[in-house]
Amino acid sequence: MKTRTTSAKGKPLRHGSGKKASSDIPAVQPMSALGDDDRKKLFLHMLQAREFDMAMLRLYRQGRAFGGVYSQIGNEATAVGSAYAMRMSDALFPMHRDIGGHFVRGQSLEALMLNHTARVGSMMRGTDGTGHYADASKKIYGNVSHLGAMIPVAAGYVLSSKMRGEDTVAMTYIGDGGSQVGDFHEAMNFAAVQKLPLVLIVENNQYAYSTPNSEEFACTRLSDRAIGYGCFGETIDGTDVELVYETCRRAVERARAGEGPSIIEAVTMRMRGHAEHDDARYVPKGLVDEWEKRDPIALYQESLLQRGVMTEQEIADLRKQLSEEMNKAIDDAMALPYPPAEEGKKHVFVD
Amino acid sequence: MPVLTFLEAISDALRYEMKRDESVFMLGEDIAEYGGAFKITKGFLEEFGRSRVLNTPISETAILGAAIGAALNGMRPVAEMQFMDFVTNGFNQLVNVASTTAYRWGMGVPMVVRGPAGGGVGGGPFHSRNSEAWFAHTPGLKVVYPAFPADAKGLLISSIRDNNPVVYYEHKGLYRKIREEVPEGEYIVPLGKARIVREGRDASVITYGSMVHESLAAAEDLEKEGVSVEVVDIRTLIPFDEETVLASVRKTNRVLIAHEATLTGGFGGEIAARIADRAFEYLDAPVRRVASFDSPTPFAPTMEKEVLPDRTKILFELRNLLAY
Repeated sequence: MKTRTTSAKGKPLRHGSGKKASSDIPAVQPMSALGDDDRKKLFLHMLQAREFDMAMLRLYRQGRAFGGVYSQIGNEATAVGSAYAMRMSDALFPMHRDIGGHFVRGQSLEALMLNHTARVGSMMRGTDGTGHYADASKKIYGNVSHLGAMIPVAAGYVLSSKMRGEDTVAMTYIGDGGSQVGDFHEAMNFAAVQKLPLVLIVENNQYAYSTPNSEEFACTRLSDRAIGYGCFGETIDGTDVELVYETCRRAVERARAGEGPSIIEAVTMRMRGHAEHDDARYVPKGLVDEWEKRDPIALYQESLLQRGVMTEQEIADLRKQLSEEMNKAIDDAMALPYPPAEEGKKHVFVD
Repeated sequence: MPVLTFLEAISDALRYEMKRDESVFMLGEDIAEYGGAFKITKGFLEEFGRSRVLNTPISETAILGAAIGAALNGMRPVAEMQFMDFVTNGFNQLVNVASTTAYRWGMGVPMVVRGPAGGGVGGGPFHSRNSEAWFAHTPGLKVVYPAFPADAKGLLISSIRDNNPVVYYEHKGLYRKIREEVPEGEYIVPLGKARIVREGRDASVITYGSMVHESLAAAEDLEKEGVSVEVVDIRTLIPFDEETVLASVRKTNRVLIAHEATLTGGFGGEIAARIADRAFEYLDAPVRRVASFDSPTPFAPTMEKEVLPDRTKILFELRNLLAY
């Protein structure tokens, strides 16, 4: 494997570009912004994401969920840590493996479950599923399946905020696969030229469906692209939630201060197939085993216990509570019918 | 009432809306200092400032994507394609993001994509295309193609105020060729209303864009022979004013459909199907179509004239229709 995969183990990579040299960035950032309450929340949202994921896998295997089920296992720290660095007045444009960010922004489990199972009353009326929805009250604007398409949309969102003198920041996401789509380039170039308050998280989970990094791009790190755009770029360990948070907090601050966009590459591993129909046999077993040791939730749980932020009992209670809430959400959703058929012919336009 | 060219009428509509509503802004290539490739936005930078007359890189995906994002955030962007041909570079943004947002999210995307289209000016394969049928085939987009300066103004104002994405075509051959009196200030032509631009009894030409003028010329030729031809300018493809078209068919019983876009898969086929479906028993002859030959638009003047429809070809088909 390439250096970025191996070097991402253990210590995070830090890589500055654009107007900032990597030497300007201390090797270890103070985490003073996070208190224990924050840490508990980070852990909670990561657990919520994992719990949701496991529930969807169960439903899929039971034939009770249809369409694609895109696991985010392994991505919890990146999705949660990044979204936690935003204000509620900022706008989140997540991708399909960023369910953790929805919980950070206060989206309800019930709403997400209805949406994923296309039941009556779901946020998108059954017109679409997964995390593709938008909820203006929480400033969440989901993705479309065409990778990269929402990066220019997020750029336009904050372009207009900036025109009105507001200090809104947008955070959006792309994978190692989607980073090769032209939209990525056009949007980041435009955002850099306009110095837009945009933070792009590149979730490098090693595979674009079955295609490994080595067949996707030839640069060393995906954050290297920042040099070409004249914006800030950094590559970090995406399994360390506090590191992700701290890195993104700085990117958000830079954005808000008018210093323009950032590309944060968070190195992770997609622990399951592209979607649940895919057994991912193309991934070398040793690679998965290596990343198993770096499960973001297990790592953070250990860290919280060591630091005395939470006790074993508290964590066990929390897991039990989340499991019960999930079972109720599933039962409630499954008790509901699909939307009436005629809904499919409504609202192609707004008034 | 001032007499304006087609181009001036478009500028007038844009200027009027930008003055009236601070959420309206423009983005596109070379639209600021340079005033756009056709000078639609000449003087706009001085009048409205750089943030509302935003020069962009050559990045149609970024232009259209940013317009969508701005529209979702309370603005009414007008995105200029330097030539409508280049909308292909941002196709995904229109057909997958903008067009599905009302349906999936219940949110409007009040944006206009506008720019010069059409042939007859030696533009060759990449500066002549009439791509309106692609977008008419995409549920969730509105498609406008005016033929007269006053309509261009009134329809553009309606397009900007519409809460849905609108693809607005300007035939570049009409920009400086057609002029007429255009109402000053507020002037609205609603989307989805066809206009009978010439009344007639013996046959109907259903048309839009540049072919409205060629059809009117052909109708004048036939008038000298005592034949009365009605010309209906549909003005907007989506929404489509089926009632006005069907009423004309029921009146004249003979129909020719004319558009400059290529024949196969063109919007004329849709119009013909609607007529066959809803007014078959009123027809005294098969519905005929005049459109561009199914080729790219060639560069050489001889070849371009051969593939594009015009007054002569419309006249020829009208005679066939009347002789049936």
